[in-house]
Amino acid sequence: MRKYILAITFSLMIGSFVLSCQSEDQIEQAKYLTGGKDLYKTHCQNCHGENGEGLGQLAPPLTDSVFLANHKQKLACYIKNGLSDTITVNGVKYDGKMPGFKQLNDIDIAKLIVYITNSFGHKQGMYKYEQVSADLQNCK
Amino acid sequence: MKRTAISLWALSFLFLFSCSNEKKLPIFGERSVKIVKGADGIDRIDTVYKTVPDFKFLNQDSVYITQDDFKGKIYVTDFFFTSCSTICPVMHRNLKEIYEKFKSNPEIMFLSHTIDFKYDKPSVLKKYAQKLGVDTKKWEFVYGDKESVYTLAEKDYLVAVKEDSSATDGYIHQGWLVLVDKHRRLRGAYDGTKTEEVAKLEKDIATLLTEKE
Repeated sequence: MRKYILAITFSLMIGSFVLSCQSEDQIEQAKYLTGGKDLYKTHCQNCHGENGEGLGQLAPPLTDSVFLANHKQKLACYIKNGLSDTITVNGVKYDGKMPGFKQLNDIDIAKLIVYITNSFGHKQGMYKYEQVSADLQNCK
Repeated sequence: MKRTAISLWALSFLFLFSCSNEKKLPIFGERSVKIVKGADGIDRIDTVYKTVPDFKFLNQDSVYITQDDFKGKIYVTDFFFTSCSTICPVMHRNLKEIYEKFKSNPEIMFLSHTIDFKYDKPSVLKKYAQKLGVDTKKWEFVYGDKESVYTLAEKDYLVAVKEDSSATDGYIHQGWLVLVDKHRRLRGAYDGTKTEEVAKLEKDIATLLTEKE
């Protein structure tokens, strides 16, 4: 019995060491993620849904990993300036209009992008806020 | 022993039937009384409830619809506009779920009025309904002039709507889903942006369906 308790305590200790050894990057990404989740609820969820499922053909789902990966440099533009082009997501055409969110600053946009590209089944990693201003310069 | 069991059964049945405490939805709006002469010639007092007045609007197929299209139906109605990016998407996401649940019930209909009389012409509404995936006879999207739609909203369905250039999309309005019974009386109003209120709407529709005439 004693042996078991010792063994369990030991493995718990090792486990907590491993878990606490998150790299700084991971911690930062986790911060972005939690912030992004709140922002998503406020600004995006109405149309794109709690689980990124979209709304009929009015608002596209955010579940198309390929689309997100291919347009990662454009996501900041979409959020800040809105979008009125016709896009194809998951094989379906969407020609509606997305409003821009001019009031969001770079850090908020970065948090949103990290949240969206790492939720709904995606795992596309970090996107730092410095990248936002760079990407916004290339909006057409 | 056997006898006790039987009487126990009988007793429990009795309880079961005595518990028909039928839930009834309230009837909203002002009411007045009217004296009616019964068949026996005696005057009686009758309550007159507020009812939704006659209306005539163009629907998404550019066909006029009136109160007659909702005759003998329970319907859920709301006020929205297609370019609304704040509360409308979530309202219609929730209402669509109710629609899916009662899709096969011919006694239930849906009626959405646009408050954007400048832009939301029937063709725009048609596109919207198609994209939402609910373009059927069961869910009417209607267009009318400002005066008639806004008056109906505020005076009859008790939903506040207003044109306001300082608002995000140019209009402000409340997200009520209003439940109307077969006699054109208001029986409930639910915040269409809250899932728990929409769940209550679904329950209340079921209650209303069982109501005797």
